[in-house]
Amino acid sequence: MPNPRDLRPGETARLLEVGGDRSFRRRLMEMGFLPGTPVRLVRRVRIGDLVEFEVRGGHISLRASEAGALRFESQR
Amino acid sequence: MSAEAPAGPARTRLPLVALAGNPNTGKTTLFNRLTRSDRKVANYPGITVERHEGELRLPGGRTVRVLDVPGTYSLSARSREEEIAIDSVAGLRGEPEPDLVVLVADATQLSRNLYMALQVLELEVPLVVALNMSDALAARGASIDVDALSNALGVAVVAIAAQKGQGLAALESAIERALAAPDGARPGARWQPGSVELAADLERVGAVLPPEWSRGNPARVRALAAWALLSLDEHDELRDVPEALRRAVIERRAQAQQTSRQIETEIIRGRYDWIDALTASVVREGPQARTATERADAVLLNPWIGFPLFLLAMSVVFLALFSWSEPAIGAIEAGFGVLTGLVRDALGPGILRDFVTDGLIAGVGSVVVFLPQILLLFLFIGILEDTGYMARVACIMDRLMRAMGLSGRAFVPMLSGYACAVPAILATRTMERQRDRTLTMMVVPLMTCSARLPVYTLVIGALFPPTLLLGFAPVQSLMLVAMYLFSALMALVVAAVLSRTMLKGPRVPLILEMPPYRTPHWPSVLRQMFQKARTFLTEAGSVILVCTIALWGLLAFPKDAQREERRETLAAAIAAAETETEGRESQERVEALTAEDAALAGEALRESYGGRLGRAIEPAIEPLGFDWKIGVGLIGAFAAREVFVATLGVVYGMGGVDEDSTTLRERIRAETRANGEHVYTPLTGLSLMIFFALACQCMSTLAAVRRETRSWGWVLFLFAYMTALAWIASFAVYQGGRALGFS
Repeated sequence: MPNPRDLRPGETARLLEVGGDRSFRRRLMEMGFLPGTPVRLVRRVRIGDLVEFEVRGGHISLRASEAGALRFESQR
Repeated sequence: MSAEAPAGPARTRLPLVALAGNPNTGKTTLFNRLTRSDRKVANYPGITVERHEGELRLPGGRTVRVLDVPGTYSLSARSREEEIAIDSVAGLRGEPEPDLVVLVADATQLSRNLYMALQVLELEVPLVVALNMSDALAARGASIDVDALSNALGVAVVAIAAQKGQGLAALESAIERALAAPDGARPGARWQPGSVELAADLERVGAVLPPEWSRGNPARVRALAAWALLSLDEHDELRDVPEALRRAVIERRAQAQQTSRQIETEIIRGRYDWIDALTASVVREGPQARTATERADAVLLNPWIGFPLFLLAMSVVFLALFSWSEPAIGAIEAGFGVLTGLVRDALGPGILRDFVTDGLIAGVGSVVVFLPQILLLFLFIGILEDTGYMARVACIMDRLMRAMGLSGRAFVPMLSGYACAVPAILATRTMERQRDRTLTMMVVPLMTCSARLPVYTLVIGALFPPTLLLGFAPVQSLMLVAMYLFSALMALVVAAVLSRTMLKGPRVPLILEMPPYRTPHWPSVLRQMFQKARTFLTEAGSVILVCTIALWGLLAFPKDAQREERRETLAAAIAAAETETEGRESQERVEALTAEDAALAGEALRESYGGRLGRAIEPAIEPLGFDWKIGVGLIGAFAAREVFVATLGVVYGMGGVDEDSTTLRERIRAETRANGEHVYTPLTGLSLMIFFALACQCMSTLAAVRRETRSWGWVLFLFAYMTALAWIASFAVYQGGRALGFS
């Protein structure tokens, strides 16, 4: 199961599952990070060690370590 | 700018329209567009989140109250602001039930915004959807079938562009129609639980909901049960939630887990499935293109360019802050000088005159003089926020802030701290957990607020040479920059220590929305700026005023009748000598008389309550290089730091001086100790500045922390640690400096 580390900037993948702490997971899902939703990794923000995603038209940044809670469907 | 409008019965009978929506949807811009004047600002009962209310006159002539609900992504609650959102929309826990909710939705992110609309529909609150940024959507070549959306939701949907003021008339008419026929605004469709198990969960939790929440409406019972299942857990910090409800939620969640079900996922998925089915038929997507925002971020968030640009932006902000505020500060000081002179002439000598000029006018003046810097800094913060750059700053700063136990979100409060700690403490309200709010509040008072600047200006101007270091760098400016950096560094160090000791706690994950860049909406930026200034005036200003008056009392009493009499005679003699024919002789006479008067004033001060206090604390501050006169100044500085300068003026019998006055600078340079050594050396100056940088000399800050944490413990801790740190650091600097041979 690829996590955001395995995605290239600009690549879109389907979300498989959202892990992490309950309230974090609930927040992410309410902002549109639901399993089955296509998510684009916009860029890695290396200055802040964050990852920016696009989901449902919105751009959202997560800390690289915390973004590990997102698992994606394998592309190939 | 009256903050409290009279809450008469006529006013409260006006229909209430709650303006809700996600952050960054232009909700506040719409609020500012709809309510042109008269806005009522107060705190929500029991929680310190500002509640903004304004009035709107509808085209049919009816007036309604408009409430600006804090922007949230959903009605599920975690932070204070989310708590307010559910309370305001559903009319819970002391909030009145709105007659209508206007949900501001970002047309370019329809599904995520409909998620919140759906929650309002579930509560069966009359709803109108304002589809904002329809212009941005059109520019992208996409479109939304507004009629089809309206039919599917069963409520009015109006396309608007709040920033350009488009579609507002149609929105006002829709509000009017919905208020006239509230049943017409009731939803025709909504999400239904997808499984028998979930329906059972909702029913079980619904059964323990307080009846005053659900009010016998089965739809509300289910909606609030879903809210509870999403919001409550062992760690939530929500107020006034019955323990039975929380227990029921935890129990159902644990049960669901045994059969590998996740209740949250089921509810959120159910809603989004409903939304996706709907948007598939109403949204026509345009061609996908890399937007201007993404191209800009490729530069602004680039590791090699982004950080220097951020530093450049901050430097411009601070340079402008100082150079632009200077003329205004000068004008205010001159204005208050003239006013003091007028009052002095109008009132005869005596205690009333002293009270009005030295207590009242000086107190008001010392508050107002900060306004230029505070207005400017909040103007810049407003611009940075409104353009969308602040989200990038939070991104850039998060790594550093995280290492110190803070989050990127703490950057705005800390930057605000450079103006005044009080609005900065209030800015912590957007944070999710009490631990993070408290931690930020504990370090924000270390930032170099504008009240420290006059002290630094005096000390640096008097004691450090106006020469160039290495031939190009002005020593005095470098000292000032060093003090500003020192404060930020200390704040980060203290945060790192506290977050690893007293305020240890799990890190709150960061979810940061990156809104598209846009030109700022100036009326909103200015309104925000004036609100912050008002916060400063009401919260900090009132305390500073009271403290300045109390300080005046400490320094003016007890009075020695004989000395007072002599000073009155002197004043009369000086006045007489001044009106005499010009000439060297009369001038010398005036000078001699003035010197005698100043000596008597110094003596009076020495014997005043304040002077006695200063002498009492002298042993404690002597190791820092301070004498009792500085001690009096330090006591004065506890009212507000900048009072230090004026107090020194009184201590040295000079009256009416400010930090730029050369006489005060010369006077303190000449001041000697009993053994003939100079009191003020660069080393004492440095020790003094370090003390001011670290000591908690601000009653308003303590009052604000007390209100926000609801604990005297944190107030005491803040005061104690800052003062102790100040003493230790000054001691180390002064004694270390002496040991190294500096004087």
